[in-house]
Amino acid sequence: MPSQLIEKYFRTNSLPHIWCPGCGNGIVLRAIVKAIDNIGIDQNNVCVVSGIGCSSRASGYLDFNTVHTTHGRALAFATGIKLANPNLHVIVITGDGDCAAIGGNHLIHAARRNIDITTIVFNNNIYGMTGGQYSPTTPTGDKGTTAPYGNIDANFDLCELAKAAGATYVSRSTVYGANMIIKQVEAGIKNRGFSFIETLTTCPTYYGRKNKKGDPVDLIRHLKEISVNKTEYEKLPEEKRMGKIVIGELYRGERPEYTDEYIKIIESFKGEI
Amino acid sequence: MPEGRIKLMQGNEACVEAAIIAGMEFFAGYPITPSTEIAELSAAKLPRIGGKFIQMEDEIGSISAVIGASLAGKKSMTATSGPGFSLKQEGIGYAIMAEVPCVIVNVQRGGPSTGMPTSPAQGDIMQARWGTHGDHSIIALYPSTVREIFDTTIRAFNLAEKYRTPVILLMDEVIGHMREKILVPNKNDIKIYNRKKPTSGPKDYRPYQVKEGDIVPQMASFGEGYRFHVTGLVHNEMGFPSNDNKVAQNLINRLINKIENNIEDIVEYEEYRLEDAEEIIVAYGVTARSAKSAIDILRDEGLKIGLFRPITIWPVAQRQLEEIAKKVNSILVVEMNMGQYALEIDRIAGKYTRVGKYGRVDGELVTPEEIVSFVREGKDCQAN
Repeated sequence: MPSQLIEKYFRTNSLPHIWCPGCGNGIVLRAIVKAIDNIGIDQNNVCVVSGIGCSSRASGYLDFNTVHTTHGRALAFATGIKLANPNLHVIVITGDGDCAAIGGNHLIHAARRNIDITTIVFNNNIYGMTGGQYSPTTPTGDKGTTAPYGNIDANFDLCELAKAAGATYVSRSTVYGANMIIKQVEAGIKNRGFSFIETLTTCPTYYGRKNKKGDPVDLIRHLKEISVNKTEYEKLPEEKRMGKIVIGELYRGERPEYTDEYIKIIESFKGEI
Repeated sequence: MPEGRIKLMQGNEACVEAAIIAGMEFFAGYPITPSTEIAELSAAKLPRIGGKFIQMEDEIGSISAVIGASLAGKKSMTATSGPGFSLKQEGIGYAIMAEVPCVIVNVQRGGPSTGMPTSPAQGDIMQARWGTHGDHSIIALYPSTVREIFDTTIRAFNLAEKYRTPVILLMDEVIGHMREKILVPNKNDIKIYNRKKPTSGPKDYRPYQVKEGDIVPQMASFGEGYRFHVTGLVHNEMGFPSNDNKVAQNLINRLINKIENNIEDIVEYEEYRLEDAEEIIVAYGVTARSAKSAIDILRDEGLKIGLFRPITIWPVAQRQLEEIAKKVNSILVVEMNMGQYALEIDRIAGKYTRVGKYGRVDGELVTPEEIVSFVREGKDCQAN
C-alpha cells in the first residue's frame, strides 16, 4: 500500500527527500496523501503550498499543484490561490518557525477570515533547516544553538492560538499516531473553512541531540508518553495534567467561509451587468 | 467606463480603470498613503466584474497573495508606497525567480523610512532596480500624465504577461492624486497581451523550459491539469530545486537576458525638441513636465536645449542615450532625489559628454524656474 501511495502521489523523480534519518516528517507526509486518497480528491484539484524549512520541502515531492514559497508566507500565497480559484483544495504545509514566528501574522488572519485552507504544521520544536535554533514552540528551558543556556521564552500553544483567531477546525496529533493524523487531515479538508492541524514531529538531529532526548525511537516514544487524548485529559485530576499535551480534535466551529462570502458579493451584482 | 469620451480622472483612478481593461481580475493590497485610492477603487470595481479584491494583513501578505492568484491564472496587481515597497521586495524577488507575471504600483513618497507620507518624491528609482537581493533584471515604467498612467498601466500588464516577470509601475504622488482630462480609448483600439498557455499536454509539460520561438516558458495555471512545482530556489526545467552550478548560471542568465535582449521592445521614451539640441535634460514623471516648461523658456532665449524622457525607467534606454550623448555638449539629469538616475545616465553618457544633476528632496516639486536658473548659471551639479 505505501508503494502505491508513492507511485500515485509522489514525484518519484524529485526523490530522495532531504530529511535526516529518523526524522518524523515522512510519517506526516504519508498521512496527508493517505487522507487525500481516502477522500478521493482529483489530484488536479489539490494545491499544496509550503513555506521555508524542513517540512516545507514536502511540496516538491508531491504530485499536485505545488508551491514552495518564501519564509512564513505560505498562507498568504495560499489565500491568493484559494480566492482566485475557490475550486482548488488548498493545503498548507508549514513548520513551527515558518508558521508561528515569521508567518504568525498570516496564520492569525487566515484563521480570522475562515478561508477554506487546511493548514498542517509539522511542529518539531526547532529550526531544523538552519541547524537547531530555538523556535516559538521550543519548550521553556530546552536548548537550541541560539539558546545555549536554555530557552527563556514561553512556548506557544498553536492550537489555542488558531482557535482564538477563528479557525473552525483545530486538532493536534503526533507522529506516534499516524492514523490519527490521517483522520484529522481528512476532517480538516472536509471542513469548509480554516482548518488547523498541529502535528508533533521529531527532529533527532538537532532538537533531540541538543537536548539529550535519545535516538529517533526514544523521541517518538516520548511523544506517546506525553500526549493524552482530549476526552481522557478532561477526566485527569489537575496534578496529573502537568507536562501532558492534549491531542485529538480540539475545536469545531461554524462560521461563514471567506470565499463563499466574497462570491455572494459578486453574485449581488449579477443583475446589473 | 464610457469609451471614446473625455473624462476627468485622478491618476490613481486611471490606473485602476486601465488595469481592469488590461484584464486585472485580482488585487491584494494594504492601506498606505498616497496609493490607497488604487486599493479602494479596486475593492469597489472588481467584484462587479467577477474579480476579487482582498485587503491583506500586511504588505508582504498582499504581494504574496498577488503571486498566488497569478499562479492560479488571474492577472493580478498590488499598489503601495515607499515603506510598503521596501516590504514587497521579498515577493518581487520571488516573482522574478519563479517567473510569475504581476504588476506592482509604487506611488512614491518622501523617504527613507516613513519619510513624508503626503509629499512627492522620486526616491525609489534605485530600489525599483535593485531592491530585492540577488542578480536580476527588472522592468519599471514611469508615466508622466494621467493619460499616460492609463496607457502605461495597460502596458505594465502586457509586459508582465509577455516576459513572465513582475513589472513595477512607478508613479508620482502628484500625478496619482491630480485630476486631468483624458480621452478614454475604445477597447478595440487597445492591445492586450495574455500569457502563453502550454501547447503540449500535461505529460510533456516542462514548466520552466523555453520552447523554440518563445521568449519565456509557457505558463499553465493551477487547476488546469498541469501539476507543476514552483519554487524561489534555483530550479531546473521541471521546476525542481537544483544545486547544479550550470543549472544555476543558466537560469540567472536566462532571467536577465529575457529582458536585456529585448530592450528595444520594452523601452519607451519621449523626445522633446531634441532635433538640433546641444544641451539635454533627462527627466521623468512629473519632473519632466517642469523640464518641458523650462526648455520652452530657454529655447525662447535662444538656447538649443531638449528633453529625453524615459517612460521605461528600467531597463534603461542605453542605445538611445549613447547616441544622444555623442552629439551634445552636456546632459543634465533633473529628478526629485539626490541623483539616483543621474548615476545611471553618467554610466552611459559620461564617457561622451558632461553629465550634471539637479535634484531636491524637500517634498516640493522641481519648478521650471529653478531648472531655468540652474541651466543659465551653467552649473553641473546641485542637490538642494
